[in-house]
Amino acid sequence: MAEDNPEDEIILSELDDAELVEQMFDDLYDGMKEEIEEGVRILLDRGWPPYRVLTEALVGGMKIVGEDFRDGILFVPEVLLAAGAMKGGMAILKPLLAETGAPTIGKMVIGTVKGDIHDIGKNLVSMMMEGAGFEVIDLGINNAVEAYLAAMEAEKPDILGMSALLTTTMPYMKVVIDTMVAQGLRDDTIVLVGGAPLNEDFGRAIGADAYCRDAAVAVETAKALIARRHNRAAAG
Amino acid sequence: MTDALSNLLAERDWLLADGATGTTLFNMGLSAGEAPELWNESQPERIRALHRGAVDAGSDIFLTNSFGANAARLKLHGAADRARALSRRAAELGREVADGAGRPVVVAGSVGPTGEILAPIGPLAHALAVEIFEETATGLKEGGADVLWLETISAPEEFRAAAEAFANVAMPWCGTMSFDTAGRTMMGVTSADLGRLVETLPNPPRAFGANCGTGASDLLRSVLGFAASGTERPIIAKGNAGIPRYEARQIRYDGTPALMADYAVMARDAGARIIGGCCGTTPEHLRAMRAALESRPAGPRPTLERIAGTLGAFSSERDGLGEDGPARLRRGGRRRG
Repeated sequence: MAEDNPEDEIILSELDDAELVEQMFDDLYDGMKEEIEEGVRILLDRGWPPYRVLTEALVGGMKIVGEDFRDGILFVPEVLLAAGAMKGGMAILKPLLAETGAPTIGKMVIGTVKGDIHDIGKNLVSMMMEGAGFEVIDLGINNAVEAYLAAMEAEKPDILGMSALLTTTMPYMKVVIDTMVAQGLRDDTIVLVGGAPLNEDFGRAIGADAYCRDAAVAVETAKALIARRHNRAAAG
Repeated sequence: MTDALSNLLAERDWLLADGATGTTLFNMGLSAGEAPELWNESQPERIRALHRGAVDAGSDIFLTNSFGANAARLKLHGAADRARALSRRAAELGREVADGAGRPVVVAGSVGPTGEILAPIGPLAHALAVEIFEETATGLKEGGADVLWLETISAPEEFRAAAEAFANVAMPWCGTMSFDTAGRTMMGVTSADLGRLVETLPNPPRAFGANCGTGASDLLRSVLGFAASGTERPIIAKGNAGIPRYEARQIRYDGTPALMADYAVMARDAGARIIGGCCGTTPEHLRAMRAALESRPAGPRPTLERIAGTLGAFSSERDGLGEDGPARLRRGGRRRG
């Protein structure tokens, strides 16, 4: 197609900063990993601090992807492609962010509960949280309560995320939360739960802070609850 | 087409399928995180009781306890190599109950998703997926299943891989997807997409449709979508009995037997010929569904308004059919690959 429509050809390096960021939003949306990597490098070459590239180009673009996922315009395949493109950009930024000591907005430990191998939704949450600037420690599938507790002990996360896709595995979330309560750890951590068979009432009944319908809602909820916690800490 | 399901479909206008497997086993003492399929060996009497519950409530078809009996899922229980044996045992237990029913009852060998994303967007290669499904299908066939029953699928690639495996073992089959995301499957498949997909297969299913998902209303909207495509193929409706709630350390679905009876009649009027429940559907629900299907006369195809009015609101405004949804404004042209 490019031969037929030479004016359609876009040379990223010829775009000004604002146009380039706009184009990166489109390229993230379309899951174009190489183009995102190129865009990140160009912005860095132009002297953008890594944290600005992350927040303005990648997080900004993934926000659009998240909103359209939430609104039923994009579905899992497109979001996976977008997240893959974002990861390409993140791989370049991560070491630079670590060097410059850039802030993260929060840390999350996430995993699918014991007996459940489904990780599609959990991976989406993990990617979208990273896309929103969170540090995510992903425990994978089939996590017993001991695995969650060990990770919380080691990582001291702000948020624990648990996922279950089966009616037979969702009650295990309560086992984890009850154990946290018994060990006096519950108040230290925001607990978010999600998965196809869950709903808000279920989240409340098992003592989670919130049920998140999808990855986009998880990001919004995580940000809101972290902000509330900071406000409370400041007030206290 | 001399399989038991086709025979029953030729005789009857509608068939009653079964209800929940997972929720029922859970109430029998299955603990969270335990693989239900292992009970085919360790608790066979409970599995027989599960099937008898459906048969005694009037089900013409029930699904075997083999939803997760594939190597991809069993590996997490250290039983990846048991897929065929556990599937065989599942079908044998089903066969025993069906043969003792005193009337024709179809044993449908449940085949659930691998839980992995297939290529090209995911890591599971098509050939490996076919192999995984074939192993389960072989066991179900050996154990005496009448038909294989693919369910809760979200990706067209996985649906095709399973169909290929079923062709390899020369078994008739049925297939349903879960439309749980704004009226589509999580992978974006609409009801019309599935209607088209089944017709492209070299070995199309005996029947196709929707299971699980998000409540009875959404499920019926999917059935209307299948019917609108003008398919001649029997349509399956297997919806959840409401939504799950956590009470007294147990999961309970809030759909009453009366609601599921209304759902069953509306499913039939919408064009479904195989009607059952999914999560939360107990024998009590099935009995109410059977009674309603037998006593209430056929009516006109229900409108979306009547479905929402009777069974509750839809989870999303649209289901991906009809007029185009909102689209995003873009910067313009882009080179592609």
